Amino acid sequence: MVADNTPSADNAQETSTPEGSGRARKVRFRIKRCEGPGKPVYWQTFAVQTEPGANIISCLQKIAEHPVTVEGERTTPVTWDSGCLEEVCGACTMVINGRVRQSCSALIDRIAPNDGDEVVLEPMSKFPVIRDLWVDRQRMFEALKKIDAWVPIDGTYSLGAGPKESPETQATRYVLSTCMSCGCCLEACPQYLKEEDPAKWDSSFIGAAALSQARLFNLHETGKQGRKDRLDALMGPGGVSECGNAQNCVKVCPKHIPLTESIAAIGRAVTVHSIAKWFTGK
Amino acid sequence: MSAENRVIVVGGGLAGLAAAVRVAEAGLPVDLFSLVPVKRSHSVCAQGGINACNEVARQQGYSEYQHFDETIYGGDYLADQHPVLEMANWAPKVIDLLDRMGVPFNRTSEGNRDLRLFGGSLFKRTHFAGATTGQQLLYALDEQTRRYEAEGLVKKYEFWEFLWPVTEGEGEGRRCVGIVAQDMRTMQIRPFRADAVVMATGGCGLVFGKSTNSIICNGGAAARCYQAGAWYANPEMIQVHPTAIPGADKCRLMSESARGEGGRVWVPRKKGDRRKADQIPEDERWYFLEEKYPGYGNLVPRDIATREIFDICVNQHMGVDGENQVYLDLTHKDPDYLTRKLGGIMEIYEKFVGDDPRKVPMKIFPAVHYSMGGLWTTFTPGSYTPETPVGEHKPGMVPPVDAQPGHGLAIGAPNNSMTNIDGLYAFGEVNFAYHGATRLGANALLSCIFDGLFCGVSVVNFVKGDRVREAPAESLPSQVFDRFVEQEEAKVKKLLDSVQMRGEIAPEHNGYTIANELGVEMNAACTVVKTEGRLKKCIEKVRELRERYSKVVMSDSAAWSNQSLSFVRATGDMLVIAELIAKASLEREESRGSHYRLDFPERDDDRFLKTLVGEYDPASDEHKISFREIDTSLVKPRPRTYGRVDAKPQDKKEAVAQS
Repeated sequence: MVADNTPSADNAQETSTPEGSGRARKVRFRIKRCEGPGKPVYWQTFAVQTEPGANIISCLQKIAEHPVTVEGERTTPVTWDSGCLEEVCGACTMVINGRVRQSCSALIDRIAPNDGDEVVLEPMSKFPVIRDLWVDRQRMFEALKKIDAWVPIDGTYSLGAGPKESPETQATRYVLSTCMSCGCCLEACPQYLKEEDPAKWDSSFIGAAALSQARLFNLHETGKQGRKDRLDALMGPGGVSECGNAQNCVKVCPKHIPLTESIAAIGRAVTVHSIAKWFTGK
Repeated sequence: MSAENRVIVVGGGLAGLAAAVRVAEAGLPVDLFSLVPVKRSHSVCAQGGINACNEVARQQGYSEYQHFDETIYGGDYLADQHPVLEMANWAPKVIDLLDRMGVPFNRTSEGNRDLRLFGGSLFKRTHFAGATTGQQLLYALDEQTRRYEAEGLVKKYEFWEFLWPVTEGEGEGRRCVGIVAQDMRTMQIRPFRADAVVMATGGCGLVFGKSTNSIICNGGAAARCYQAGAWYANPEMIQVHPTAIPGADKCRLMSESARGEGGRVWVPRKKGDRRKADQIPEDERWYFLEEKYPGYGNLVPRDIATREIFDICVNQHMGVDGENQVYLDLTHKDPDYLTRKLGGIMEIYEKFVGDDPRKVPMKIFPAVHYSMGGLWTTFTPGSYTPETPVGEHKPGMVPPVDAQPGHGLAIGAPNNSMTNIDGLYAFGEVNFAYHGATRLGANALLSCIFDGLFCGVSVVNFVKGDRVREAPAESLPSQVFDRFVEQEEAKVKKLLDSVQMRGEIAPEHNGYTIANELGVEMNAACTVVKTEGRLKKCIEKVRELRERYSKVVMSDSAAWSNQSLSFVRATGDMLVIAELIAKASLEREESRGSHYRLDFPERDDDRFLKTLVGEYDPASDEHKISFREIDTSLVKPRPRTYGRVDAKPQDKKEAVAQS
């Protein structure tokens, strides 16, 4: 099957990664840096030799290997968060040229197509900075706890299949379920505020991501059992009524989740729930 | 169990979360460690689906036993047969459970779970949620874990790095009683006590530089267990996935489900044909997989598809546009259908390449994808003991055994999926047991969840057992733990002492450069085609890199969130595993599944129908390689041809199209 020719096979393997159609050139990166909580913020600029198909990640990797600024000053590698590099884990979210998005899918040839273009990288502003571009999004996961974002199953033993579901309901739930907790919707939201103190997380606006997850679980046959608790959690301070309807969330969502529809659905459900509560006391 | 018993799970992907949920459900508190928030684990990258026998396939002649037989045949007889039988029998129950957890599996018009074809089978037995099945399964388990977290039974340590297993005792009596870990923000290093430790840390794709793996899949955790004395089995069995898009930072997977949903692989028949794909008429296209494997066609297992694509491009120079790439073509399918069934990967291709695969055939090439090998584990066989090993199982035949639990493995036996160190378990991709020499598509998600759920019970039973009762980890003197903390602190000190804050760091001693060179070398020598000469050169190169690494120079001295420290430390562990992979590849003088030796092109059952086991000797820094017999008492090995047209007639009769 494979010719008896090891050197050529190996050589071909080494050079076997076609890199797309762009060309190699230097791109400048202006990066907002900070060594840790309470430390001063400063900016540094790096010039990176990019290769065709380069993205922000591959450029940050090069900076890590050669952490030297355009002034020729040796510095420390830039710290950033990343994982899958194919826009399904949400880790590498940052503010790129003023817009929040994942850095893995930010291809250099598209965001800085011309010679001399500069790319500006900043950490998300709604979450505490750990270091440089790496932020702490723990609050997003705490919000999922607050709204009981799970299906309350009777344990993991074998108890037969789950409820049947129409393809339409599946399609609605599936897109809601692709939320990767990246936080783009929160970064873009004028009502969602940075809270360093976890004690304030409960009373500060919870944001689109968690509201949409509440809708996801309320749509599931078994998940519905927790509906009242979810709506209770979203009734008070920090709940759905604090949405200012700016609709930025839906514009920046990389997974095209219909977040404003979710917010509207939860808003209606909370209204009905609160009226019913007022009448019945339950 | 006493009130103080705890279990540690390292890794928050499918295997780790399934284990955490199962152990917590039994009332045992779990400390869950992960380099990343568990919702961002590498399992999210799995796309195509999860296999299980189902009613439709069953009525066409499929069975759990057929799934088992396919998996063993696909793995070229190197998998442990007993765990695979148990896994196949549980598969339908695993799907039901995930369904109950709310996974949005694609549905038929009647509301049943939809099914698709996948490699290595002629039956539709793959369940899926769009083309982001792994993400959806992970989220379901993440949600259930969060439920136990809210109840206080699971405590998460996210952004914590596993550094070393803590063990006490020597030889056969050695037991794992906790771990040493480091907070990647504060850089605090401390010990954690546990009566059992589950490693669920995935594969080692980063050893090969650019792979389909996430940035965190460096194999460091498994390499540390290996250096601490855990055996590592079949390291040479690395799966190269046939269809990926090469990129500057990684190779992005284009799921096998693209072919399962009708995708066809082809190149122009005329070498150097520069016409656009849609200008090339049907009879001038070479569907080389369909031609050579009329039964399975584009759905031959991954190792075979990879070698064929590699052969077309590298040896025959028939790649599209003269480059190392072939077409993966879905343009004949309805665009709405593609969006519904494969939306996730359509989007990835559009975002990263810029073309719409509904209109233009994708250009793909193989990339390192999965580690079949991993930490060696043992098990207690179940009740099924045929008098002689069973030959080929054809669809429609009555299976030699029914699908009752307990036939393959003894349910709850404390040693199921346990390493050679008592109390140290390996679940999921880091466990070598399930996939042999090649993993069939859509079996990985299954093996990860099965390990967590089924062997999670084994962990609980181990903790309830005499050994732990007599000396729970909580009761041990602190010296047991302190010496490992000191060992890890010394490593960190050595790295931080090397920091040079001025001037350029010489490439010879730059950790990042060393890691890059390692990736290029391993990709060239230890993937699709291997030969003695090239492997020896590779071993020399890795030795050179290890030598250079011993004088590595770091570029960051920060005592807070020092990512370089973590990366450079893991590079040292990657070098150890790389050396083991290369040496194992050299020792296995045969071709089997994903391991293809040009100089030994045939499978050699007499010499190598055996598990290759690496044992690390810290004193000499050498790898001791030995071979262990495989128990083939359930299925008799047969030639693995998948009905290739030029195979010997007697060898290929087992694989003609049946459906």
